[in-house]
Amino acid sequence: MNKTLEKKKFSLPHSSEPYVFLVLLLLCILIEIRSGQFFTANNIVDICSAMIVPGLFAAGTFMVIISGGIDISFPALASLATYATTRLMLNMNYEGGVLIPILIALAIGAVLGAFNGLFIGYFDLPAMIVTLGSSNVFKGIMQGALKSKQLAVIPVGMRTYGTSALFTVQNSQSGLTSRMPVAFISLVLVYAVVYFVLHFTMFGRGIFAVGGNDISAHRAGIHVKRTKFLVYVFAGMIASLAGVTRTCMMQQCHPTNMLGMEMNIIAGVVLGGTAMAGGSGTLIGCVLGTLLIVTVENSMILLGISTTWKSVFVGAIILIGTAISAYQSTRKIRKKKIGEDAKAEGGAA
Amino acid sequence: MKKPLTSKLSTMYRNDPHQWRLVILMIVWMVFMALTRFRKFYTLINFQTMSSQFPEFGLMALGVMLTMITGGIDLSVVGTANLTSILMAFMMIGATDASGSMSGGTIILAFLLAIVIGAACGALNGFTISKLRIPPILATMGANELFSGICMVMTNGNAISKFSRRYAETINNKLFGLIPVQLLIFAAMAAVVWFMLNKTSYGTKLYLLGTSSKAAWFSGINNTGILMKTYITSGICAALGGMIMLANYNSARADYGSVYTLQCVLIVVLGGVNPNGGKGKVSGVVLAICLLRMLETGINRFPKISSYYISLIWGGVLILVMVLNYFAERRPEREIRKMQKKQAAKA
Repeated sequence: MNKTLEKKKFSLPHSSEPYVFLVLLLLCILIEIRSGQFFTANNIVDICSAMIVPGLFAAGTFMVIISGGIDISFPALASLATYATTRLMLNMNYEGGVLIPILIALAIGAVLGAFNGLFIGYFDLPAMIVTLGSSNVFKGIMQGALKSKQLAVIPVGMRTYGTSALFTVQNSQSGLTSRMPVAFISLVLVYAVVYFVLHFTMFGRGIFAVGGNDISAHRAGIHVKRTKFLVYVFAGMIASLAGVTRTCMMQQCHPTNMLGMEMNIIAGVVLGGTAMAGGSGTLIGCVLGTLLIVTVENSMILLGISTTWKSVFVGAIILIGTAISAYQSTRKIRKKKIGEDAKAEGGAA
Repeated sequence: MKKPLTSKLSTMYRNDPHQWRLVILMIVWMVFMALTRFRKFYTLINFQTMSSQFPEFGLMALGVMLTMITGGIDLSVVGTANLTSILMAFMMIGATDASGSMSGGTIILAFLLAIVIGAACGALNGFTISKLRIPPILATMGANELFSGICMVMTNGNAISKFSRRYAETINNKLFGLIPVQLLIFAAMAAVVWFMLNKTSYGTKLYLLGTSSKAAWFSGINNTGILMKTYITSGICAALGGMIMLANYNSARADYGSVYTLQCVLIVVLGGVNPNGGKGKVSGVVLAICLLRMLETGINRFPKISSYYISLIWGGVLILVMVLNYFAERRPEREIRKMQKKQAAKA
């Protein structure tokens, strides 16, 4: 008894969140040493505001990956939903608040998500292939049927939502000011809702169960097909919210500039310890992983490295980070096999 | 006389329904083109152009196919191709003399070096996937980001084109004035992959590994070695694709062919390769490549249709084929269930 206790005390943590946090902390300290500008109020606010859109996308992707699927269509989905909404609002000469555009975008996002969910949930087709196809379909609808082009003007309500600030901070050394956008509240809200749904509803527990093993989930009385379907609807809604938020913050609707974000977002989520096979992962890990990617992307200038190196660094972080978490999970399996602490492990996971 | 033919056809169809569906789809499209745009579509030049264009992504798709049979995926093909073409462009700039010409040996050397670079890129993927056990999607995605990042750093985003025209001229040649050299390279690689899959023990092991890696491991197969070989072959395919891209554009750039990643996956799935591994044929993938090329070229003959619809059609075709497969696979199950019911009723 004593021996096992002692052993436990000195064993390394099994989940990957502490490691991601450590890497993030080291990176922050490195940037601070190089530039002396990292832990300033305005830089932190800047990173928070850069975190909003990837963070929202990551929340949706996180749920999808937990359910054992993958969604690579969300940038196309968000682009289509946002473009259609903005265009509709402009055509109607809409001058009200931001709530109506967001609701419309959410509705469009839900329909497009249902398109994914129908094929993945009810037809049981591989998620990767379906979302690959649907992202082409969404892009085709946007660029072909809607003849999308850059919208330089967006409705007044959306503009004020994007520009209004919760608070402003100033860097005393450089005199630069940074605004914390109101949209940050939406990020916090979405994470609160996702946390509540995942941990306190049958549907949320069902997502974990389906991702872990869909046959046992079915035996346990969970409606597997409906759960999968709803996950994609939910993810579609979160993605369209992210799209609208991005358009509001950029003050213009550029239909194609979100495309290609999917890889970094998925990498961020998996860096945070979410298992690609589904069934396990924590929201904190998801936030940390995304934050790591966002910090790397945003801090190249502070580090004094030319932005052409960005992809090299992001690629290296993805490889190293996922190697660590992959190593963690194989170590866990090996330990389980030996039978050491098998029960405690199961309880912890 | 008629009956044996139809029964023969139906057994052929039943042996591989998926491939025959592709053939039927292609015939329908060719008939449609013949009816609407016969003069513009059925020309020798049109077919020559098509067959000099598709080897770029066709070669990459071959590599993706191999990795998908193992149950993995290779999203780094475009990065590998661009890295190869940029490095080789630099090499050829060095080999180009003052008069702007280059010896023929340089071209052969370039191809050999390209194979080495492709193998190295593939080996990195193979190592991270089989040794470090990173999920293939992430490992190759990260590698793609890394490779294209290196390309970006080397070129600063500019196109590299100041090498001798002799390279592009050689590759754009036509054998007997008829068959494009690109097509020959593609055919050679397809034959090699076909040989590997069907005539060597590597192929059999590959299918077993894809069906169940555990079963393969218990049968004493060196899974790590097989995965390494597969990703290295995929890297070589991608590198050759990059060499053809270099010839077709007569320049190299970090962001050429960025749509090819998803296009390759699309082709491979359309060709009947199971994304979960263990199933897939070279012939299916080659068919899918030809079908897609024909669809795209055919649509371009209708100037009224925006080229943006092509992605809509691709996505639509992909999902349609998957749904068709879904219903086709369910049919035997349903029949069995019906028979069981009948028997139960009898009893």
